[in-house]
Amino acid sequence: MSLTAVGLSLIFGVMRVVNFAHGDMMVWGMYLAWLLATRLGIDPYLGFVVCAAALFVLGAAVQRGLVDRIVDAPHEMQILLMLGVALILENAALLAFGPEPIRVRSPLAAATWYVGPLYVDVARLLTFAVAVALTAALYVFLFRTDLGRSIRAAADNPYGALVIGTDVRRVYAVAFGVGAACVGAAGALTAPILPFSPALGLSVSIASFNIVIIGGMGSLLGAFIGGLLVSVAESLGAVFLKPSLKELVSFSLLILILLFRPAGLFGKRAP
Amino acid sequence: MIWLGLAAVAALLALPAVLGPYALTIVINILFFAYLGQAWNIVGGYAGQLSAGHAAFVGVGGYATAVLAAETGLTPWIGMVIGAVLAAALGGVIGYLGFRFGLRGFYFVLLTVAFAEVCRIVVNNWERVGGAVGLYITFTGDPRQMSFQDDRAWYYFALALLLLATAIVWTLERRRFGIYLTAIREDETACEALGVDTLRYKLLAMMLSSFLTGLAGAFYAYRYSSLQPNAIFGVPLSVEIILRPIVGGAGTLLGPIVGSFILTPLGELSRAWFGQGGWHGAHLIVYGILLVAVVLFVPQGAVPWATERLRRRGRGNAPEGARTRQGRA
Repeated sequence: MSLTAVGLSLIFGVMRVVNFAHGDMMVWGMYLAWLLATRLGIDPYLGFVVCAAALFVLGAAVQRGLVDRIVDAPHEMQILLMLGVALILENAALLAFGPEPIRVRSPLAAATWYVGPLYVDVARLLTFAVAVALTAALYVFLFRTDLGRSIRAAADNPYGALVIGTDVRRVYAVAFGVGAACVGAAGALTAPILPFSPALGLSVSIASFNIVIIGGMGSLLGAFIGGLLVSVAESLGAVFLKPSLKELVSFSLLILILLFRPAGLFGKRAP
Repeated sequence: MIWLGLAAVAALLALPAVLGPYALTIVINILFFAYLGQAWNIVGGYAGQLSAGHAAFVGVGGYATAVLAAETGLTPWIGMVIGAVLAAALGGVIGYLGFRFGLRGFYFVLLTVAFAEVCRIVVNNWERVGGAVGLYITFTGDPRQMSFQDDRAWYYFALALLLLATAIVWTLERRRFGIYLTAIREDETACEALGVDTLRYKLLAMMLSSFLTGLAGAFYAYRYSSLQPNAIFGVPLSVEIILRPIVGGAGTLLGPIVGSFILTPLGELSRAWFGQGGWHGAHLIVYGILLVAVVLFVPQGAVPWATERLRRRGRGNAPEGARTRQGRA
């Protein structure tokens, strides 16, 4: 979940584009993992690399073909554009795979490790570990490589980056692609844990907006911590209230943050 | 222009006489969604505050009406107004918080979505009003219980709602209030500098819009004889409400109506067409493609695009003034 938010945060932070199709991209990542697992017998924990690559292409194509044309238009138009893309992606998944929730079987998902009195679900542990590793890798990419630096430069000041010779359009496409690749990987990694259906996309989109706002727009660390925070808050809500009320906790949190700290807990810029 | 409008109304009044039952159902949906779009248009189009949580007002209006009828036996015709008042109160709370704390653009969108989702979850867990199962309304065929044997009654009900909302918006356009709203959309900071109480006008627009949307709740509940929290408070309904004015032209009198006449039949026909082959969801792909196309090629919507075309043809060259609104929703 955190990884999804990290991808969203990257897209928003760099391009100020609100990607409403985010959750649906994740669902496509999940279905790709399912196809790989059932047709080719590739375990999702290896298949996520393929999913990430496929989503990178999709993300870069959406950026190049659609968002690029209206990058200077008011924010509302971008929201509507991505809403259109979300509708297309969600219902294309519905057409292709049907409405029934499915689940990817991974031999690892059934395994459990006993560590003294504790038992650990291997699938969840592995998902968490890969998510942490990918976030760290993304961090290194953004701060230690030339391409990463130009992404951050374009985010900070697109005109300035253009002046010093950065191909801003290419950088945008890469950033959008990397963001989409993150959700693709996140989708593939959560596919063995969580049953999924095309309708999941919308709630994932909303949940990741939630996390990004709470953690702070454009801050990768914030998105990661925000993801953990929201999960913990929801779990506590499920324990102390009814399980079906757990989303209420995160939405109430979202409203409070929006009103009192719209830049998020870790964001630097005010909107 | 006025004569053309009157002619259109007369045509709409006479229309049920020539329509078959299936066509009549489609036209009822066209009118109903045009009404919802027109209600949204006040705050989303004229004032430029993109609310993506209007389903909340439909839900509050519908639930208030149905629960009052079930618990106290109050006729839905009065319950509908009470429901709309409650919806307006909710709109007031959301609007006050959002505008007072200066949330704009995407942040306002998210706030409205969050409130609608909170409503959905609360109603889902509130057993007294049916919980996740929802409420069902028994068919009585009694007009006093807002239950009609004849679909033509629903047609005139929807038409009356649409005419009401359109008359309100038409009046708004000619009043200072409406002009303030347009000015706020175009440049809010300049408005404040000129001494316009922007908070007050945005709030009034939000409450008027949510009141009208609340009225639609009763129509929705009694027409479909059921209320499901996930459907009536859900984000998909909010999106349906927004789509029509955007496609037709947000912030124009005829935008939501034209948008509904384009989108609703397209949606219904593709649903029927693809649904036969078991291709559910295909009509939403059509909506998605249309939305992307509108944003990319006619961002101002169909009505402003068409009027500009007509004006150009009339004068032979493009007037500069017609382009000022381009690119704004």
